[in-house]
Parts: sequence; structure tokens; C-alpha cells
Amino acid sequence: MSEAAVELRGIHKRYGDVVAVETIDMAVQSGEFLTFLGPSGCGKTTTLRMIAGLESPSAGDILIKGRRVNDVPIHKRNLGIVFQNYALFPHRSVYDNVAFGLRYRKCSKDEIRTRVREALRLVQLEAMEERYPAALSGGQQQRVALARAIVINPDLLLLDEPLSALDANLREDMRLELKRIQRETAITTLFITHDQSEALAMSDRIAVMSNGRVEQLDTPQVVYNRPTSRFCANFLGNANVMGGRVVGGEPGAWRVDAGGREWLSASTDTWRQGESVAVIVRAEHFQLDVSSVDGEVGNALQARIETVDYLGMSARYIIRPEQGETLELIHGVHHQPLQAGTWVRVWMPADDVILLPPGDVTALAPNDAARLSPEDATRLPPEDAAVGKGAS
Amino acid sequence: MNDGLGWRLIRLSTIAVYLFMFLPIVAVVVLSFNPQQFGGFPMEGVSLRWYRELAENQAIRSALSTSLWLGLQTAIISSVIGVLASLALMRFHFRGKQWISTLLVSPILIPEVVLGVALLLFLRWLSVPRSYALLLLGHVLITLPFVVLVVQARLAGLRRDYEEAARSLGANPVQTFFTVTLPLIMPAVLAGMVFAFTISFDDITATLFWKSAGTETVPTQIFAMLRNSISPEINALGSLMIVITISLPLIAGALARRFARG
Repeated sequence: MSEAAVELRGIHKRYGDVVAVETIDMAVQSGEFLTFLGPSGCGKTTTLRMIAGLESPSAGDILIKGRRVNDVPIHKRNLGIVFQNYALFPHRSVYDNVAFGLRYRKCSKDEIRTRVREALRLVQLEAMEERYPAALSGGQQQRVALARAIVINPDLLLLDEPLSALDANLREDMRLELKRIQRETAITTLFITHDQSEALAMSDRIAVMSNGRVEQLDTPQVVYNRPTSRFCANFLGNANVMGGRVVGGEPGAWRVDAGGREWLSASTDTWRQGESVAVIVRAEHFQLDVSSVDGEVGNALQARIETVDYLGMSARYIIRPEQGETLELIHGVHHQPLQAGTWVRVWMPADDVILLPPGDVTALAPNDAARLSPEDATRLPPEDAAVGKGAS
Repeated sequence: MNDGLGWRLIRLSTIAVYLFMFLPIVAVVVLSFNPQQFGGFPMEGVSLRWYRELAENQAIRSALSTSLWLGLQTAIISSVIGVLASLALMRFHFRGKQWISTLLVSPILIPEVVLGVALLLFLRWLSVPRSYALLLLGHVLITLPFVVLVVQARLAGLRRDYEEAARSLGANPVQTFFTVTLPLIMPAVLAGMVFAFTISFDDITATLFWKSAGTETVPTQIFAMLRNSISPEINALGSLMIVITISLPLIAGALARRFARG
């Protein structure tokens, strides 16, 4: 339709010998809510700071509304930024904080007044004009920061983990609030987070980042259900990732050997017999209610529950099948979770058995891969240090 | 509640230390109200005689005004240079930063006598005569480290995202400095100015080297007077200096708190 709101062409950033952002090519559509999701040190903050003009890329071009902005200083880029700690000016009232950007935009006093009031109404803080930031709660400061960023009518709204400083309940409220405001203002928004539930709940599209690269860029549903890399599978939700080998079959019905068992997969890709693959089975996709299974269209197995991790709405079980490696399974809990030691029959639809090129999965013992939880995934590589340096 | 012998001894020794430190100062202030020429204790009455004489003493009045002006100018020049230097050191990367940082602070480490002679010799070598400007330059030199240290500490604690937020909202670097950075480091700048003023106001060692023949500051004037006789005027002058050097930081502190509140 229209030209992209933001376009990154071969963006690359290094600090000395340390690469913070490998190469990123992507476009953000006008009005889109796009999330950069990844563990700390994956380069998402560096990417955002380059778009903001707070860092300059070592290579590549950044285009905002079709205009190359590499050499445009930040104060001429017309961006709204909400910082992780809000960065409200402590020596200015809420009103003056929000009005700050308008004073550099040739607005009359009356216009400033109208627009500040309007922005404060949008974030539901009309009554707080005279207060100072120190007298506001975390959620209120967050709203002021948002009002200050959108009152200037920016071409782009950049949100750097804005919810991470709030406590859990408030965070979920602000999530809805933020989404509502973004929809009402229709400002193209880039959002940074390491929290998968925020990303899934708020985004039009998610860019999953790891090691300075965008691993997958797609809608939340696709990224969650059809990960295109082992990293994405592990980072969003809980997945069993196993190194395996194609035994036989055809597109739509493959048989693979992985984790000491044969799996049926409905993967539509083409594989050679004997080819190494990564087999990904989401812990949440296991079905426990075996009575609903008709026929043998899938993977049924008998297993004993080894450990139970009660999570409230659901429980995370480590199950040991009659044969093969242990698997991780997440299932809804009505009142009581199943007890350890119980024998269950579980079923995994062939549709949900994902086959990927093996990547480095063969380097891992299948059992370790199966146990790799998102917490492990966040404990990632050494460039943490480099990005920290760049952000500080 | 702790009434053991140990605690009583500690209390006693604390009081003794304070008496030792402050009694001479109290004596100076009290004696400044003594009407007698060669007075000691016990005093025979209270009078403002020496303050009156002080006020009429042309040499002292000019010394006081020299000291005040010198202190004020030192404070202003030191804090302007100090703030700029701190900003450069804390917000920019450039070659030789470590060296410049150390050099700026080094006057603290060098004995004042050495500094005094060095600057004098250097200017003699350049054939620049001693003057008020030289004295001012010297005082800026010895007070600058204090301003730099205080302001640098404040800048280090000031998160950069305030400035980044201001810039993202459309303020250019200069506007950002005056609307955001400077107000937020103002308490430190004021503290630095007070440091600079009091150090300049009290300094005698280096001042003796740098002052030109006709110029006297309060400390050098007192020094000169002491060489002739011990006049009770000195007590009054001393008391005045005590009042100035104590009240100034207090006033500045109160101002800084008001600034900080906005």
C-alpha cells in the first residue's frame, strides 16, 4: 500500500571486536505494532537505539518514511521514545514534561495547552498536571512518559521494555492500555521486550532476535506455532527439541526417529531418508485426554509422570515414556494436578511435530535438548557484555 | 543506656577532642568583643570597639573586598571551566581522556608551595609580571579540581536517558544542556562554587607567592598585621572570616535543596 514506515537495510553494529548486531534487513509497515523479542544481549536494544539515532550503525542504512536517516541527529528524527525507566524530567511538572517536545515545534501557547491536555486525557491523567514525577506511582509515570512521547505526533514510537519496571498486575493492565492507545493513535510502534507473553499479546508482528540476528519475523500465531528455528521454538513457550533422523515417508507424513522413539510428522517439507533433522514438539501440544483420539493419526505413548511443577492454571510435567527419553508436557489443571508416579497415555498430533534442519541441535545430547527451558535460552552468549557497554 | 566505663571514656575523649579543636576559635570570637587593648581573660566588659576600628581600617576594608571579589570570580570561572571539563570527561570519548582527567585533578596532589613557585617561575620565564589576573588564574588552578570532582560525581550518577529523552523530543545538544543537564547537576555546581569560594577566600600559601605588591587578601593582611603586633583587630577580622566561611556553605546547601525540589 504505502511505503514502509521504517526500513533497515543490512544494518550491522560492532563495538571493537564484538558484534552486537549481525545483519538485519526488514521493513515495518505504517501503523504496525512490531515487537523485537529476545533475551538480553541479543541486540534488540542496540537495534532500537540505532533507529532512534542514539547509536550509529557500523554498516547499512536506516530509512524512516523512505528517507535515509543515518546522518540525521536524533532531535531531527521526530520520534517518540519511552525509556525503560521513563526518564521523566524530575525538575519539571507533569504538564511541563509532556509539553517539553512541543516547545521545540513552533506551537503557540494555546496549542501546547490543548495538545498536552489531550495527551493527558488519552492516558487518563488529566488531574495530575501540576504534580512532579516523584509524586507519581510507577504506572502513572509510565503514562506520563507515553503522553510525552505521543504528544509530538511522532513518525515512530519506540518503546524500550517500558513495562519491565512495573509489578505483575499493573503490567497486564498497562499492556492492554498501551495497545488501546497505539490503536487509537495509529502510530507505528516498535516495542522491545524479553517477555514472550507481552510480545504475543500486543504485537501485529514479532521479530524474534538472537545473537544479533532476526531469527523469525511473523505474526504471533505463526511464530508460536510454526517456529522456523530451534531458538524460536525454545524461546517462546516450552518445547522438546530432539536431534533425529528421517526414517521414511513423504511430504505430509514423515516418520522420524528421535529421542529413542519414532514420531509421525505432518511436515510438508521435503526430506531425504536418513537425513538429520531437529524434531520439535511443544510441551503444550501434548493431549492427555486420550478418549478423543480417533485412529492412529498421531503419536500415542504410555508414560509415567516423574516430576510435577504446579503452575496454577496448568502444570508442567516431566514424563518418562516406556521407551526413549523423557519429555516435557504442559497441561491445564482444573483443580488438582496429576501425581508423580501416575501412568498416563499421551498423544501428540502429527500436525504439531515440527521438523527443522538440524542446525546445532546434534551437538546437544537429545536429553539436554528436551530439558532446555526458556530460562536456559535467556542465559545466552557473551555479547551481553558488549550490548551492555553500548547501552550504558 | 551504655554506661560502662569504656563508653564513659569514649564520651570524655570525644568531648576533649572537640574542646581542643574549637576552644581556640571560640576564644578568638569571644576576645573580639573585649574592649581592652591587651586583653585576656577575664574580660572587662563587652564592646564592638574592634569591629568599629576594623570598619574604619582602610587596609582591611580593601583586603576584604579583594578577597570577596577574588573568591567570587574564582568560583564563577572555576565552575564554568569545571562543568565543561566534567561534561567532556563524562559524556564524550576522546584520546588521552585519562591523562586529562588526572591532570585536571593533580593540583590537589601537589603541595601548594610547589605550585606557587612553579606558576611564578613559569610566568617569570614568559616575562609576565605578577598581577591580579595571575592571582585569579592561580586560584582557579587550585580550586578547579574540587569543582571537577563534585560535578563529575553528579554527572556519573545522572542517567543518560534524561538527556536522550530531551534530544528525542527535539532539543538540540545545547538546549538539552540548559533545560535538562544543567538544572539536574545544579546542586553539584553550587557545591563546587562554594568549595571554590571558600578555598580561595582562605588560601594564604600560594597567595603569598602570586599576589602583586599592592594587593592584599584577608589572610595575607592578617599575616602582615601579625608580624608587627598582635592587635585585637585581628580577632574581629578572624571572627568575620569564620562567619563568612561557615554561613556560605549553609546558605548554598539550603539553596541547593530548594533547587532540587524544583
